[in-house]
Amino acid sequence: MSAVLDQHGHEHAHDHHPSGLMRWVTTTNHKDIGTMYLWFSFAMFIVGGVMALVIRAELFQPGLQVVNPEFFNAMTTYHGLIMVFGAIMPAFVGFANWQIPMMIGAPDMAFPRMNNWSFWLLPPAATLLIASFFMPGGGAGVGWTMYAPLTVQQGPAMDLMIFAVHILGMSSIMGSINIITTLLNMRAPGMTLMKMPLFCWTWLITAYLLIAVMPVLAGAVTMTLTDRHFGTTFFNAAGGGDPVLYQHIFWFFGHPEVYIIAIPAFGVISQVIPAFSRKPLFGYTSMVYATASIAILSFIVWAHHMYTVGMPTVGQLYFMYATMLIAIPTGVKVFNWLATMWKGSITFETPMLFALGFLFLFTMGGFSGLVLSLTAVDVQLHDTYYVVAHFHYVMVAGALFAAFAGVYYWFPKWTGKMYDEKLGKLHFWLSLIFFNVTFFVQHFLGLAGMPRRIPDYALQFTEFNMISSIGAFGFGLSQVFFFYVIVKAIRSGEKAPEHPWEGADTLEWTHLPTPAPYHSFETPPVVK
Amino acid sequence: MLAGAGAAALYAGAAGAALEWNFQTPATRTAAEVNDLHLLMMAIIFVIFVGVFGVMFYSIYAHRKSVGHKAEQFHENTTVEVIWTVIPFLILIAMAWPATRALLNIRDTAHPDITIKATGYQWKWGYDYLQGDGQGISFYSSLSTPRAQIEGAEPKGPNYLLEVDNPVVVPVGKKVRVLTTANDVIHAWYVPSLAVKQDAIPGFVRETAFRAEKEGTFRGQCAELCGKDHGFMPIVVEVVSEEKYAAWVAEQKKKMAAAADDPNKQWSLPELVARGEKVFAANCVACHQANGKGVPGAFPALAGSAFVNGPHDALLKLLLEGRKGTAMASFKQLTDTELAAVADYIRNSWGNANPEPVLPAQVKAAR
Repeated sequence: MSAVLDQHGHEHAHDHHPSGLMRWVTTTNHKDIGTMYLWFSFAMFIVGGVMALVIRAELFQPGLQVVNPEFFNAMTTYHGLIMVFGAIMPAFVGFANWQIPMMIGAPDMAFPRMNNWSFWLLPPAATLLIASFFMPGGGAGVGWTMYAPLTVQQGPAMDLMIFAVHILGMSSIMGSINIITTLLNMRAPGMTLMKMPLFCWTWLITAYLLIAVMPVLAGAVTMTLTDRHFGTTFFNAAGGGDPVLYQHIFWFFGHPEVYIIAIPAFGVISQVIPAFSRKPLFGYTSMVYATASIAILSFIVWAHHMYTVGMPTVGQLYFMYATMLIAIPTGVKVFNWLATMWKGSITFETPMLFALGFLFLFTMGGFSGLVLSLTAVDVQLHDTYYVVAHFHYVMVAGALFAAFAGVYYWFPKWTGKMYDEKLGKLHFWLSLIFFNVTFFVQHFLGLAGMPRRIPDYALQFTEFNMISSIGAFGFGLSQVFFFYVIVKAIRSGEKAPEHPWEGADTLEWTHLPTPAPYHSFETPPVVK
Repeated sequence: MLAGAGAAALYAGAAGAALEWNFQTPATRTAAEVNDLHLLMMAIIFVIFVGVFGVMFYSIYAHRKSVGHKAEQFHENTTVEVIWTVIPFLILIAMAWPATRALLNIRDTAHPDITIKATGYQWKWGYDYLQGDGQGISFYSSLSTPRAQIEGAEPKGPNYLLEVDNPVVVPVGKKVRVLTTANDVIHAWYVPSLAVKQDAIPGFVRETAFRAEKEGTFRGQCAELCGKDHGFMPIVVEVVSEEKYAAWVAEQKKKMAAAADDPNKQWSLPELVARGEKVFAANCVACHQANGKGVPGAFPALAGSAFVNGPHDALLKLLLEGRKGTAMASFKQLTDTELAAVADYIRNSWGNANPEPVLPAQVKAAR
């Protein structure tokens, strides 16, 4: 009976294949949806990047030259929100869609229609967010953290922003349900959980994190909404509320969110480094446990973002000790990657370069994280450019570099074409250099006491701000160059060889042709 | 860090001025302790840096395929894994001790000699000396950098954006406790060289403390995003000798007595308008603008406004209570005379004309 049904489904898929725009609107194919996620994410990356350049243009020299302070505040706010929710998160969901079914030998995601829906919620959310810019009073200048009671003062832009966050949350939760169900139920015969590629493990853990914390964020912004319009006083002391309550709720979401972004990046790196070292991942089991430990610890350290709100000292001590603990599993991961490379046979194609760039710069971000974990020092550095530098090392050189590594690594499998290796390497070196020019100097600005989110600054901060702005424009142009490299490869790239990477040994490389067919693993492979 | 030092030296040479690239020179024992703690951590990080990246770059150099290195296939080693879990743990335990001590010291606000309340307003600071010498002194402290410098019409002064009309003055060597609170949204009271940063939260009072060990002027800024002019509400603390402090206190007390308005004075409209212009410049101009036109869509125009020119009861109510859900805060902290004066100023400027003055007594009645 099931054989007959399978046959029917197979023909059906080939008979009615809408083309043009409707293909993309109605598709339930994990590869199509993965592609849409990745392009959506790139579009948002450009929008958020242009905003970053407006910020850096204004900060190129002291004084107000380019924008007024209200617009500047809106820029920092939307840059953060768009990069976190519009660019980085959807990029890794795109990887999950493309890769998870192929890596575990499944024909598609568990809920293909829900998969379509979780993608198609994103464009309306992005539209709401961008439309909020054009509301009376302009965009909301509250920072991506949306702290009350500043949010209560804003115009209607704030409401649109809140609804956008609601929709993004729904999309993430549906995506996560899909990923968890796929990973737990649709693995090929013989592929036990502890045989899954590490990328799948990182997404399993990330999906649980998302389901746990996205509702918390939705709750926080909904409380803001009712404080704004329906007379509640959750965050207003005059009515018995507390503005700091918002920060506790937000960061209970916000800290796991950091790992929601970082953990899938760890997954990509854990595929790329072994492939180009031609050697199995060192300490697979400890990698799984380290990732799970990081995820669990991420729930109990949130208030280290709030050392200056005036918590009791014992509270600060607890959060300091818990935060320092995170260094241990993170260190284990770095050591495992190094041990994977050790005595390997390493080559340096673009994916490996980005993975090494990740390893170096993410560790640097870890170092500044160690500095920030010390509460007494953090109080000095809190809300200064040191923190801006720290999280860009983790988010850009961490997550974004991992995403680049992933795109170059799986590009031949996705498209059947090869990117131009020379151009890919150039993209890496440009990104690496300009990233550091932009962000390394921001450590010095923060140490010297320049607060973040200010449109104008005192004269002693001038030189480093100029250097940083020059770096930012270079970094931005490097990403336009990335677009060129990718489009050129899609349009006129050479045909990819069947096995472009000698050391790649997961199912999509060993059991599927290059490029991967539209429908893969209709019959599951058997894993030894 | 080395690259940074190189860059710093290079730029110091080029610009002829020292470039700030580390913590500001500590002026308190706690700031020095934070500095030391940071240095210790940097030293440990340097060791880890050399170890970790030494291994990484050696591996990149020696285990390349292009030099013919063949991959070995090992993929676990329990001993190594235990070692690299335990060593970081031990380092962290060792770090926890100085980190805890430094935190306990910066959190020690007990037994102050002087207590000052710092209130964050959008966008200035208000200070009230609550206890110790100078008790009763109270003033506002706003950015004194001229608008023309910010817009580039005039060259920028040496303390651009870090200068105020009325600095906080404290005596050297005395423990000063700062209570922070806010009138509207969250601000943060941050002076780097004193090692204090404390959020100012509306409706709550938080505390921090410092004991300055040397005289001098120490500059900081609001460190929590508080809206449009977040970057324009600096903090200046002048640490002076005890004699100078006593002189300053006496001068402030005299000034406050002189500035107090005679409750029985009969005000004329031109007098009120002239007074109101100053109040407007100190409190209202950031949003409603010097030309009274506001910022379309964000801050309403006062020129030609039906509300401003309408019955003064509603206007006074707005000034006293603010408007919920907007940036219009309550200004009830101003005196009756100041509120009456500013009402008269806006009702008689930019083409508005209301010859019947609003009087301080009417504000008093409206409170």
